[in-house]
Amino acid sequence: MERNPMRRQLQTMRKSLFDQGHLDEQFVQLEELQDDANPNFVEEVVTLYYRDSARIILNIEQALERKPFDFNKLDAYMHQFKGSSSSIGAKKVKAESTVFREYCRSRNGEGCMRSFQQLKKEYATLRRKLEAYFQVARQAGPMETACRPK
Amino acid sequence: MVSGNSASSSSLSMKSDEDIVNNNNNLRVLVVDDSPMIRKLHDMYLKKFGLKVQVAENGKQAVDLFHFGASFDLILMDKEMPIMDGEEATKELRTMGVTSMIVGVTSLDSPNEKQAFMEAGLDYFFTKPLTTDNISFILQELNKKNNKN
Repeated sequence: MERNPMRRQLQTMRKSLFDQGHLDEQFVQLEELQDDANPNFVEEVVTLYYRDSARIILNIEQALERKPFDFNKLDAYMHQFKGSSSSIGAKKVKAESTVFREYCRSRNGEGCMRSFQQLKKEYATLRRKLEAYFQVARQAGPMETACRPK
Repeated sequence: MVSGNSASSSSLSMKSDEDIVNNNNNLRVLVVDDSPMIRKLHDMYLKKFGLKVQVAENGKQAVDLFHFGASFDLILMDKEMPIMDGEEATKELRTMGVTSMIVGVTSLDSPNEKQAFMEAGLDYFFTKPLTTDNISFILQELNKKNNKN
């Protein structure tokens, strides 16, 4: 049982991210790579993810403003976004990316737009929660080992 | 030729870490990917296994490295990259006579695209992101290949 209140808070936040389905096993893999020589590795990777994903989201937004929709292009962008999101274990974001791609394949423009709105919500939620998590993590200091969610 | 996808991972145990690192100290890897995030991630994975890692941002940079005399035991090659994609870079490297192990690492999900990428000259293919199990497998195969030569 973690005695340090900040670390307890961190553990609670972390558990919640997994329990609510925002993160999957891939995030644990990132944590396992972090060590004393690279104590901020996970946050650095996630920060790179934000940069990657912001660019792709903008590309998709611009593509959705052009009519008729280029579904192949939209699908390609979302494929990139899904790949990126998978790399940090962004489970809900990845799931919504799959929904969007299905709409692209069935040439359903309305579906694409609805799905994209939902995806942006999931992304914003994840980003907000991770930013809060890393803020607490920085204050709490280095954790000893990554532990797998139950 | 074998394809694989992300497998469940296992942590590197303290006892096996040292052995693994010592065995891999002389192996050089080139990570070819246009995503800074993926380059960072794979760089870290590979360094944990004691490998010497260099990165390239696209297929052309990878090919140029070989033209300038660089050599690598293993190349991790993304498919979708600007300037020169992974498929073209792989074909080019094989045409140049490069015999390094080339492993495709991509989020492709079309079987035809995967097939075309394999046929360009890959030894193996894995879905992004790589896991420690994938890397263990690759290194085992690389060591087998090096022991045969």
